[in-house]
Amino acid sequence: MTEFLATEILARLQFALTIMFHYLFPPLSIGLGLLLVIMEGIFIRTKNPIYEKITKFWVKIYAANFAMGVATGLVMEFQFGTNWATYSRFVGDIFGSALAAEGIFAFFLESGFLAILVFGWDRVSPKIHFLSTIMVALGSLFSAIWIVIANAWMQSPVGFHIIGEGLHRKAVIDDFWTMVFNPSSVRMLVHCVIGCWLMGAFFVMSISSYYILKKRHLEVAKKSFVIALILGFIGSVLAATSGHFLAERVSVTQPAKLAAMEGHYRTGTGGSPLYLFGIPNNKTETVDYGIKIPGGLSFLVHGNFTTPVVALDQFKKEDRPPVGITFQSYHLMIFLGIYMLTLTSFSLFLLKINKLFESKWMMKIFCVSILAPVIANQAGWVATEVGRQPWIVYGLLRTPDGLSKSVKSEQILISIIIFSIIYILLFITYIFVVNNKIKHGPDDLIQKLK
Amino acid sequence: MDLHIFWFIALGILLAGYAVLDGFDLGVGILYPLAKTDNEKRLFLNSIGPFWDGNEVWLVTFGGALFAAFPDAYATAFSGFYLPFMMLLWALIFRAVSIEFRSKHDSLVWRGAWDWGFCFASSLATFLFGVAVGNCLRGIPVGDDKEFSGVLADLLNPYAISIGILAITTFAMHGSIFLYLKLEGEVKERIHKWLWHTFGCFVVCYIFCTIYTLVTIPHAIYNFEHHPWLWSIVILNVLAIGNIPRALFLGKPGYAFLSSSATLIAFTALFGVALFPNLITSSLNSEYSLNIYNASSSDKTLHLMKIIAFIGMPFVIAYTLIIYWVFRGKVKLGKFSY
Repeated sequence: MTEFLATEILARLQFALTIMFHYLFPPLSIGLGLLLVIMEGIFIRTKNPIYEKITKFWVKIYAANFAMGVATGLVMEFQFGTNWATYSRFVGDIFGSALAAEGIFAFFLESGFLAILVFGWDRVSPKIHFLSTIMVALGSLFSAIWIVIANAWMQSPVGFHIIGEGLHRKAVIDDFWTMVFNPSSVRMLVHCVIGCWLMGAFFVMSISSYYILKKRHLEVAKKSFVIALILGFIGSVLAATSGHFLAERVSVTQPAKLAAMEGHYRTGTGGSPLYLFGIPNNKTETVDYGIKIPGGLSFLVHGNFTTPVVALDQFKKEDRPPVGITFQSYHLMIFLGIYMLTLTSFSLFLLKINKLFESKWMMKIFCVSILAPVIANQAGWVATEVGRQPWIVYGLLRTPDGLSKSVKSEQILISIIIFSIIYILLFITYIFVVNNKIKHGPDDLIQKLK
Repeated sequence: MDLHIFWFIALGILLAGYAVLDGFDLGVGILYPLAKTDNEKRLFLNSIGPFWDGNEVWLVTFGGALFAAFPDAYATAFSGFYLPFMMLLWALIFRAVSIEFRSKHDSLVWRGAWDWGFCFASSLATFLFGVAVGNCLRGIPVGDDKEFSGVLADLLNPYAISIGILAITTFAMHGSIFLYLKLEGEVKERIHKWLWHTFGCFVVCYIFCTIYTLVTIPHAIYNFEHHPWLWSIVILNVLAIGNIPRALFLGKPGYAFLSSSATLIAFTALFGVALFPNLITSSLNSEYSLNIYNASSSDKTLHLMKIIAFIGMPFVIAYTLIIYWVFRGKVKLGKFSY
């Protein structure tokens, strides 16, 4: 029994470690990809060489990031089989077609055209190059689509029936499009992709503000900053909107998750409160030190202040997700979202009155604000996945039942240790390389040109 | 056609595509110590620069398609080969970042470390692919619950190790022909010598492994006995191998590369014929083997994926052709190179 428990904890830890590390990179690929399309699009339109320089500079950084995404992404695909074999057998009939579609439609597209994007400047015409940039951006978007569909199906499985018993129980697909457009997929996908845009926007703003502070490459930095700021503002508004619609859907498909995210223990009879802060206490089933808006949760879910929202007390103890982590990561994400919205709208105002780039303080804030979307994206994932517990496929398969039967805990332990070492080394190297590129800046390319 | 057989063949095509394409860039990694100066090393890296990433996608798609079409085989193989697969992942991660990061910083220690990592990881990954193939041919202990019931040591048997070495020599030969096509000048002449060295090693290993297989794995030729036309693959394989030195001798390295590609395709086909209809052969009891029927997804999913494949594959082939066309010709170091 303890061996089994250890296996479960280790396998989950390994998944968390590898996905969280992986998820540092693809959001940037998606967000920066969109910005590259915009930047190069302006170049094609205006023929202004400064935009060519801007695009080439960001492509260099994009390439390093992309390689990390590919390298860490391979692990994700194989890990379903290595650590979660029983889960793979259970979902293969459904999940598999999404993964295969991802490979065929997304990965080939992005990795193929990436070669032209990075190495093809002198080999193809500017228009073809621009087309390749669009293809890479589309490819990374497609990969998000298929993987989010697969994950959304795990949150709200539909379009299947169950066959077999015990270990041989598995889900079999009834209708592909019902599976694809399951109740969670569109809202999750929209929210997720917008989170990626924020990542790209704040990344560009962070590096640009560094240049502005150092008074280097000012033209490139300011032009990049403005493009990214507009995307960052639009993204922040849309993130809040799409987040609201997603939470509303979660209240229908996974009420236990929403209750955990909101620290909502007791259904009661009147309106349900919305906690802004607090520490959920599982013993007393209350939120300690909480600040709440009475009826707020009812308003967000039902549109009035009096209808109660389903709380954790409607679920058996063994069917409840861990409340503390879900609550805190969800709230952290929301606060970071509000922070990004405030920061970008205030900055747009400063830009309008020509005070933005003169403000050292704002530039310093933007330098470090890259952490906001990074943490918000991770926290959003934690709230989504921990909130789904104790299920790996909601309502159908419990997480411990999805483990590989033939894998021992010490094998996982060894692999976690080695993954940790490799990932720490990789991360240091990645930061070092990107930092190097930033230090060299966009002029580097022009020097070599001569 | 029977959907199960269709997907068995489709997986074979993906695997063959991977062997032919990633085979040469892994081979370049194995032969990487042949590059002496920093400039030569960069030429080696940039010869595969635009391609390696797309080539690896064939493996990713193979993994995804195996998961989708035959979830039980995917689950059993990946959880059974746990540590070897983890090692493969580490090698592939290391290799990817070695290529990407190596030339980004100008220091002997830095470049030396990534150089070493690139060569080691390429060789290790190739070896592990061979070991996996060897074990699939030989059969692994799988019980009636479809789960692997052996230990790590079962996987490192002499037969699997021989196939692992064969894989290294095959990819080294394939990679050397690719390098010969892509390089110029003095380094090209050095590769020319190694074309023959790698070919020699390959032929020795090929003959050894063929005999080893025929002697120790009788079920490998079961399908040949019932379908004699399958021997044509063997004949084509031998002809392709024979054409490599002929083309090299005639100074037509392009044909030699096509021949070594054909060799890899024939190897994959023979691997498929030896397995069919099994995906994972149980060494405990042939009834426990996972085959294309008892390990597969529902016909509905197989049909859906067939549609996806028919829509997607023309695009995949088009992208591949476009990329190889855009980056045709000799490697030149430019301002965007690794």
